[in-house]
Amino acid sequence: MLTVENLSAWYGEAQVLREVSLQVAEGEIVTLVGRNGAGKTTLLRCVMGLHARVGGAMSLRGADLTALPPHRRARLGIGWVPDDRGVYATLSVEENLLLPPVTGPEPWSMEEIYAAFPRLKERRRSPGTRLSGGEQQMLAMARVLRTGSRLLLCDEPTEGLAPVIVEQIGDILRQVKDRGVTVLLVEQNVHFAASVADRHYLLAEGRVVDALDNAEVRARQDELLEHLGI
Amino acid sequence: MIEQAFNGLVGGAFYALLALGLAVIFGMLGVVNFAHGAFYMLGAFGAFILLDSFGIGFWAALVIVPVLLGLVGMALERLLIRRLSGLDPLYGFLLTFGLALILQDLVRRQYGVQSQQYARPELLGGTLNLGLFDYPAYQVFVLALSAVVCGAVWLLLTRTKIGMIVRASTEKPELTRALGIDVSRWVTPVFGFGIALAGLAGVLAAPMRAINPLMGGDLIIVVFAVVVIGGLGSVFGSVAAGFLIGLVSALGNLYVPALSQTLVFILMAAVLLWRPAGLFGRQEGLT
Ligand SMILES: Nc1ncnc2c1ncn2[C@@H]1O[C@H](COP(=O)(O)OP(=O)(O)OP(=O)(O)O)[C@@H](O)[C@H]1O
Ligand SMILES: [Mg+2]
Repeated sequence: MLTVENLSAWYGEAQVLREVSLQVAEGEIVTLVGRNGAGKTTLLRCVMGLHARVGGAMSLRGADLTALPPHRRARLGIGWVPDDRGVYATLSVEENLLLPPVTGPEPWSMEEIYAAFPRLKERRRSPGTRLSGGEQQMLAMARVLRTGSRLLLCDEPTEGLAPVIVEQIGDILRQVKDRGVTVLLVEQNVHFAASVADRHYLLAEGRVVDALDNAEVRARQDELLEHLGI
Repeated sequence: MIEQAFNGLVGGAFYALLALGLAVIFGMLGVVNFAHGAFYMLGAFGAFILLDSFGIGFWAALVIVPVLLGLVGMALERLLIRRLSGLDPLYGFLLTFGLALILQDLVRRQYGVQSQQYARPELLGGTLNLGLFDYPAYQVFVLALSAVVCGAVWLLLTRTKIGMIVRASTEKPELTRALGIDVSRWVTPVFGFGIALAGLAGVLAAPMRAINPLMGGDLIIVVFAVVVIGGLGSVFGSVAAGFLIGLVSALGNLYVPALSQTLVFILMAAVLLWRPAGLFGRQEGLT
């Protein structure tokens, strides 16, 4: 589905990604773990085409992404759930959902969205940023589901949220996977990562230093937690 | 006093139309368009030239001039303004300010600095009885049209798909692109639209104000104060502040004539001290 080859990225003089290569297969949920500043957000932004100073190559289902502007990448079926959730204050909840164009063959209908997220239905006329943090996270997820994106890039969707809501997000991710959608998930919560994902990449100082499966994550949980500084 | 207040609202109608265009342009492009006053001036001259050289009257000018200037604005965005993206905002200031000076001087070369006159359209030549006093019908028309246009733009922005895209692009341009919307495609028409509004204000000004190359420069300083008071980039704020400032300066004229020129700026300073993002600007993120 997604192939990233020798991706490097810079902020000014500082190199924050160093020749990162990774693959995500169709229908997989893959996480990126790594401590603060490892370059996880930067990697997702590079895939989205939002980072100007990059080297290397990226492709989606064989189509070269490297030269495409962000909106073209989105239209190829990449749905971004940014780390700040990216909820518009000047748009109502419903407009936040309706803003992005449908890009995939099986988009969620508004009825499905509202059935899965009743709170969003109740608050559909409120400005997006009036929602609580958890509700805004749901909105950001629901928005990319409605587009029918085939690859979701989710940047720390569980960060700072109560356990009940984290559980809900896990449910959504599993549902999404059942529909054959692919997810690249940035996650600091190792336990959560192991509960939803198939495989994991460990990122440190801009490099992929390890690739793990769920069994390895469980076996090395303490070591990982220590590495992540949690 | 009520008549003076009415005068103020009519003056405010011009501020509102100009501030609205500035706000939409600033929101979408991040460019403070210092050439806005020059386009207002071109609007008035456009009406004058159409009548003088082609015998085309006010009502046709009211449509033709904004459309033409809007197209000029779109070309300008494509050729010049677009190149500013990613640069220091200072370059935007230099470009648009330089443009204003060029446009002013081109008109001055042709028409000199004396003011030209433009007759009111016949239909609106008389006065209307507004209950308490008689008022020139043309001024009532200006006020009504401006209110209708501002209201229509408001509806366009808040109730339509295009408005939604403009709001989204204004608030978070990067995210909006990442969600699959080609923001740059909307930038050109939005800029042209803002310029067309300035042109419309210019045509409306032609029958009631002195038409000369400097008419825009004088007005636009106040309009910048209006935009700041309303909240930079806030469309609703710009319009509301436009009418408010018109009212305040007209009443100021009546009661404290000595301050009439500076009152707007005193008000601006007070608003900035009290609410740094303006009356209707979003306050977060500012200290
Ligand atoms: N706008 C920026 N300008 C300069 N350096 C930046 C910028 N954004 C991030 N960086 C640096 O790039 C590196 C990688 O940042 P990035 O946000 O990708 O990390 P992350 O893994 O997502 O971290 P976190 O877990 O805190 O979200 C960090 O060292 C960070 O300081
Ligand atoms: Mg991050």
